[in-house]
Amino acid sequence: MVVKVYGPAFASSKRVIVCLVEKEIKFEVVDIDIFKGEGRSPDYLKLQPFGLLPVIRDGDYTLYESRAIIRYYAEKYKSQGTELFGNTMEEKGKVEQWLEVEAHNFHPPIYTLVAHTVFSSKLGITPDQNVIQENEAKLGKVLDIYEERLSTSKYLAGDFFSLADLSHLPFGHYLINGVGKEYLIRDRKHVSAWWDVISNRPSWKKVIQLFPPPT
Amino acid sequence: MATAVKLYGPPLSAAVSRVLACLLEKDVQFQLIPINLARGEQKKPDYLKLQPFGQVPVFQDESITLFESRAISRYICDKYANQGNKGLFGTNPSEKASIDQWLDAEGQNFNPPTSVLLFQLTLALRMKIKQDENLIKQNEEKLEKVLDVYENRLGESRYLAGDEFTLADLSHLPMTQYLVNACDRGELFTSRKNVGRWWDEISSRETWKKVVEMQNSRPRRSA
Repeated sequence: MVVKVYGPAFASSKRVIVCLVEKEIKFEVVDIDIFKGEGRSPDYLKLQPFGLLPVIRDGDYTLYESRAIIRYYAEKYKSQGTELFGNTMEEKGKVEQWLEVEAHNFHPPIYTLVAHTVFSSKLGITPDQNVIQENEAKLGKVLDIYEERLSTSKYLAGDFFSLADLSHLPFGHYLINGVGKEYLIRDRKHVSAWWDVISNRPSWKKVIQLFPPPT
Repeated sequence: MATAVKLYGPPLSAAVSRVLACLLEKDVQFQLIPINLARGEQKKPDYLKLQPFGQVPVFQDESITLFESRAISRYICDKYANQGNKGLFGTNPSEKASIDQWLDAEGQNFNPPTSVLLFQLTLALRMKIKQDENLIKQNEEKLEKVLDVYENRLGESRYLAGDEFTLADLSHLPMTQYLVNACDRGELFTSRKNVGRWWDEISSRETWKKVVEMQNSRPRRSA
């Protein structure tokens, strides 16, 4: 039985897919177009009642929330592929910390920027320059803290690549490729170097190549 | 006996109280170190060394300094797996994943609209900022949609992740407490039969009552 990932074209689903690739886990995909409202179909809502992407089905087992899914697989397949949770309880704690930072401090402003730029017409949003500027500023402040962190640590949780770094790939990709605010990354020396390292991992390059974002 | 476990922050902070509830559920001895948010103590250089985003709480034990309340809670459950409420983070990987799913649903779907509502309905007034009626309406609608999903779920199982109280339910306690008791928005929860039942059960836990006691026993300061 092979794990099925729904909605591979979309960023949050890619968070799961890149993890599966890193962990050398076989998977299949099921296309769901959120922009066409397929996330609100009764069949889909049975799997993910909030109507969001992604959801995975692993035999009879269903799980949603991309960061819950990656935690599950990183733990379940600890003995194969890349170690994504560190090697000690303390390292795992740091991974969890920076995964939460991504979820609560990085994700909200970058999501808003993407919604008001790359996918505004698909989402039926009129781009609001005030909202864009506000979120650019918020994201800048967050990335200042990342800059400081990454000046003394190779990756976010320590000197090892982890779920915390991985979680930034899908929306970080849009920041460089679409939002038009690449300077937020490039003007920060250590953030820029970190971004290049993580986005050049073979797993991420494979994911982007196999599942191009929606146009 | 002096304990190595320290938690920095005021009990009135939702994120701090989330960790307090977890520490109590896991029977972990700790020292609570006050941080006065009204005086900006969380933005002072010494605190920023611990938490560079200038937020509360921070957790410390003999081997780690951690921030982000949900990460701290997961770490506490990991480290103290064999004491206190042993099922708080599940007893096998699929239970744990289900709890993570609902913890993330709380963080991503429940927390954002409740945070906006809390700010608009209480802090804005205190900080003398004009309330934004549109924002209140928008976020009430968002929250209603989320609670509709919860209503269905809690008709299928006693708690969010299954039939036992877990970290996923615990994570909802702080903000719901505020909405019900400080923002006059109890009806959002009580008008939904299953959500109402669930709120009664989780908020009646001895550990949560203790946290509320800690919140109420601190002298209130005006902003």
